[in-house]
Amino acid sequence: MEEKLSVNHLLGIKNINQNDIKLIFKTADNFKTVINRSIKRVPSLRDITVANIFFENSTRTRVSFELAEKRLSADIVNFSSTSSSVSKGETLIDTVNNILAMKVDMVVMRHPAPGAAVFLAKNTNTQVINAGDGTHEHPTQALLDAYSIKEKLGDVKGKKIAIIGDILHSRVAISNILCLKKLGAEVMVCGPATLIPKYIGSMGVKIEYNLQNALKWCDVANMLRIQLERQDIKYFPSLREYTMQYGINLQTLQNLEKEIVIMHPGPINRGVEITSDVADHNQSIILNQVENGVAIRMAVLYLLAMKKTENVKN
Amino acid sequence: MKKRILLDSNHTKIMLRRIAMQISETHGNLDNCAIIGMQPRGIKLAKKLLELLTEITKNKKIEYGELDSTFYRDDFRKGDKFLIPNSLNIDFLIENKIIILVDDVLYTGRSVRSALNSLGDFGRPLKIELVTLVDRKFNRELPIQPDYVGEEVDSRAKDIVEVIWAEENSSPEVWIITDK
Repeated sequence: MEEKLSVNHLLGIKNINQNDIKLIFKTADNFKTVINRSIKRVPSLRDITVANIFFENSTRTRVSFELAEKRLSADIVNFSSTSSSVSKGETLIDTVNNILAMKVDMVVMRHPAPGAAVFLAKNTNTQVINAGDGTHEHPTQALLDAYSIKEKLGDVKGKKIAIIGDILHSRVAISNILCLKKLGAEVMVCGPATLIPKYIGSMGVKIEYNLQNALKWCDVANMLRIQLERQDIKYFPSLREYTMQYGINLQTLQNLEKEIVIMHPGPINRGVEITSDVADHNQSIILNQVENGVAIRMAVLYLLAMKKTENVKN
Repeated sequence: MKKRILLDSNHTKIMLRRIAMQISETHGNLDNCAIIGMQPRGIKLAKKLLELLTEITKNKKIEYGELDSTFYRDDFRKGDKFLIPNSLNIDFLIENKIIILVDDVLYTGRSVRSALNSLGDFGRPLKIELVTLVDRKFNRELPIQPDYVGEEVDSRAKDIVEVIWAEENSSPEVWIITDK
């Protein structure tokens, strides 16, 4: 295994290769032992300052990144657009360059515009980690999802994963498809026809409009949230109808002949895509995903920080 | 480049047994002790010592662990080296135990420093002792000395001293690589 990442930024799963993913998983294994002991901190990143720049709301990703940074002993500055000068009309590059002028080494950014992270990586002199850019990519989520599948089922290769729900507005879906395909899994997307993008088949995934068929086929069901905040038109008649067609309840789960693993990237709309008894069921690994998120993000930060020295030396 | 053998496997076999005897003389049947090998190169030596100590003391329950201190190294982001961690496996409490830390070559002392810091995050051992097969005593950069030594070797900083395990379950050979 090559012992370094092939990239200097984590902009999307599209930009990294299988070896990178495996290296991140291997490093995350080590960090998982670190975060499960009583002193959960290692000194690796003590000379690094990371800025968490969030132009969009977030709970899990932000807390997870912040914990990952703290457990690596990095210094952190947090920034959210609502309480900043962005509301006075400052541009993205100006905002970031001003933060960088205060000697920040890495930027973790979430932004509502697709491609914002790529734009930042091209136009500023810093390392960028994409924490979600619009409907484009959310690489760390895909990595932690694949890592959680690997942890639960032993391997990702050859497994059948169904991604169910709002595929059209989901960056998690795109990154998940890319990551799972790179690791050799079979992927299916399932949802109402209006929420399945027209050209998704070109990514090499199966398309299914019937939830029952998808559940019978898969080993893992990754339930996505209906992103009402990104839906400017009506894609289905009502939430109730969506739930009846595409929601999983305990009965659906028990009617299946085999045990499938239930995942959800959060935040859950309880009673919409899955009911509470499914979310809290022992086949659900939703909270394992959250735990693994910290280990995966520690691994990404650690491996990228290592690349920085190489750049400086060159 | 010149490669020359310093210690052959017959030699190291006697040495390892001697170290094991010294440890059991000091700590009896090792009831409150734990052998911890330092990743990556101290592991084979630690396993060998554990085997010898089990034989000598007849205590089949000597605690054994493997420590990786990559995240505590002081050369992260300082050189060309990519520091990828190895597995860490300490599934017992080190609190109030005597830890016998094992590595193959003691050189600058920096690895041992990182191991000591790392162990500190697992608890407060009663005592930590250091075993090394080869002590390159003139190359130390930190005030760290071993408690049990196989052989002291005089070498220059640019030489490479390697412990090579040719066969599983045998004893290792020690080689030195110099530029003359």
